[in-house]
Amino acid sequence: MSRPVIEVTNLSKCYRLGAIGVTTLRESLHAWYARKRGNAEGDGQGFWALRDVSFEVQAGEVVGIIGSNGAGKSTLLKILSRITEPTSGRAVLRGRVASLLEVGTGFHPDLTGRENIFLNGAILGMTRAEIRRKFDEIVAFADVQKFIDTPVKRYSSGMYVRLAFAVAAHLEPEILIVDEVLAVGDTIFQEKCMGKMKEASMSQGRTVLFVSHNIGAVQTLCKSSVLLDGGRVVFSGDTQEAVSLYLKKTRPQAVVEDLSNSTRSGTGEARITRIRFENDAGVPQTHFRMGEPMNIVVGARFNSAVENPTLGINIVTDTGIRVADCRSSHYNVKIGRTEGLIEYRMRIDPVLLYPRTYTAEPWVADAGGLADFDWVRNAASFVVTSGPNFKSGANVNTHHGIAFIPTTWSASVPAEAGRR
Amino acid sequence: MNENPGTAMETVIEPTRGGHLVPWRELYGHRDLLWLLVWRDIASRYKQTLLGPLWFVVQPVLMTVVFMVIFSRVARIPTNNVPSSLFYFCGLLPWNYFAQTFQSTSSTLVANAGLFGKVYFPRLIVPFSVVISNMATLAIQLGTFLVIYALEKAGPRSASFGMTGTAWMLPLVFIQVGLISLGVGLWIAALSAKFRDFGVLSGFLLQLWMFATPVVFPLTRVPARWYWGAAINPMTFPLETTRLMLLGAGTPTLSLFALSAGTTLAILVGGVLIFQRVEKNFVDVI
Repeated sequence: MSRPVIEVTNLSKCYRLGAIGVTTLRESLHAWYARKRGNAEGDGQGFWALRDVSFEVQAGEVVGIIGSNGAGKSTLLKILSRITEPTSGRAVLRGRVASLLEVGTGFHPDLTGRENIFLNGAILGMTRAEIRRKFDEIVAFADVQKFIDTPVKRYSSGMYVRLAFAVAAHLEPEILIVDEVLAVGDTIFQEKCMGKMKEASMSQGRTVLFVSHNIGAVQTLCKSSVLLDGGRVVFSGDTQEAVSLYLKKTRPQAVVEDLSNSTRSGTGEARITRIRFENDAGVPQTHFRMGEPMNIVVGARFNSAVENPTLGINIVTDTGIRVADCRSSHYNVKIGRTEGLIEYRMRIDPVLLYPRTYTAEPWVADAGGLADFDWVRNAASFVVTSGPNFKSGANVNTHHGIAFIPTTWSASVPAEAGRR
Repeated sequence: MNENPGTAMETVIEPTRGGHLVPWRELYGHRDLLWLLVWRDIASRYKQTLLGPLWFVVQPVLMTVVFMVIFSRVARIPTNNVPSSLFYFCGLLPWNYFAQTFQSTSSTLVANAGLFGKVYFPRLIVPFSVVISNMATLAIQLGTFLVIYALEKAGPRSASFGMTGTAWMLPLVFIQVGLISLGVGLWIAALSAKFRDFGVLSGFLLQLWMFATPVVFPLTRVPARWYWGAAINPMTFPLETTRLMLLGAGTPTLSLFALSAGTTLAILVGGVLIFQRVEKNFVDVI
């Protein structure tokens, strides 16, 4: 028996342009009338988010799905998770499936930790008996024993995420489908997530499909990967090869006006709409020399009035390592009451990053910087080139590190050397 | 973990063609989730309010008082010779259950878009759970009714009304009410996922529907030439039957039952089918 555990054949998904979003009855009747009269105008154009996607995953394999924004990753994930149907084609999953697109799906703020474990577990597909069996383990993993009978709305955000992840981590599916957006929270927590995923595949023999922007994570977890571009499979096979193809494809872009196709997370109280990189003269550019200034300008729309939001931009390397989490609150910058469209600017002077391609991830959050309103992954890329920033004229390159740390140097003869 | 790959469960994902069958087996597999959702509905409803279950007593009592003033005193609409307090409260039992269940089930898709966009389980579980959890409210209101009943029995008009021997069949009547509200709710849920117009329409529909149902007037007062209108309304039969069982003051007939059962079934089957159809791809249009 060596039938593949996941078998995807010619999977396609077409969204009708203009049909995305809620329509009113009037518009629909109008379109229907236009169609009836043979008028193509009313028919709406099709947009193929996925086109003839085929691949297979064998039992126990961990496969990464990579691709830039709009490549079709999320659509594929949604179809395999049965959240939406394909337009044509077929996928067969052999075994018990659990898909994690988010932690804490269905958590109810008024219910206690104990009650939410049962509820969330059942929503993710566990039976009550199973949850009861693993209950103590989940509570211990999340480290919330003392608060287990407290409503989760009184939890700190850290506790909340830990509990939510603990439930998800104790699912025992044969096939696990995971979204990168899952990797939220601090670095320690992210490492815990990654550790749990490695464990799932290596010691428990599970089949894992991992969808990510984070090339570093894909490289450590997955032996093989599927590279998507424009809804089609461009490459399927060895991860290293897929990654190098992907990196060749991600072109730096100075101005991105439309971020609606991006992978993102957050409550949606605000939406990041655009991003651009420019020099001090206001000219958009993609390449910045090390040691010179650079500006990142981000547009955002606040759907409701927010008091002193926190504005931020994460800088991430092309291999997925987060270099910095830059935020307005570090400088006590008070933005005031914010509503509607705003534009914020972050100036870096000087750019002390080693030459390579970086990605900016703009985000906006509440005053405390805890609840993200919106956080866009891989919004746009820029390149840092080596510059004449050292008096010596020395050059540094990608392999020497990531961040340049300003230092001063001296040497002297230690006191004990003279005593000898 | 399943040790035998030969018998492992297999999930086939492909576009649905033709009919949208009800996934009975899958629904049965998620029965634990159904009960947890029922329990969540009940628990969360009481946790976030100060008065908790008391609200479900206060609301129908106030409505009954308002009806007594407006329809009994001012408009002088007769109440089948039973005390007006019992007449209205008895009518509000099935009506409130219907209205509440309809309101929750009709917003199933729109209200749960976030949840449904992140995880799969048979969507029908959610409206099913509402039909069951609202029975808790119904039970509280039935208890309140019995208190008023006892008070009136001690009063001067105690001979004018009385529970009949068929009262033990009341749960069957309420199950029918649950099915009607589920059916209509699924229709509106499916339509409003695509067109928000129907969400607005549903509140309006509910108001009109109440006046088309014998809640504030007895069926005997409906003129003969309009009787057909009351008869095709599936809610007429349960209303009249509840009054007959609890007060001995309703006038359900066999033909009324046949019509009501027929319309209930038609609405329910149609509702489930259209809901199943819309549910498959609704995250794309939200």
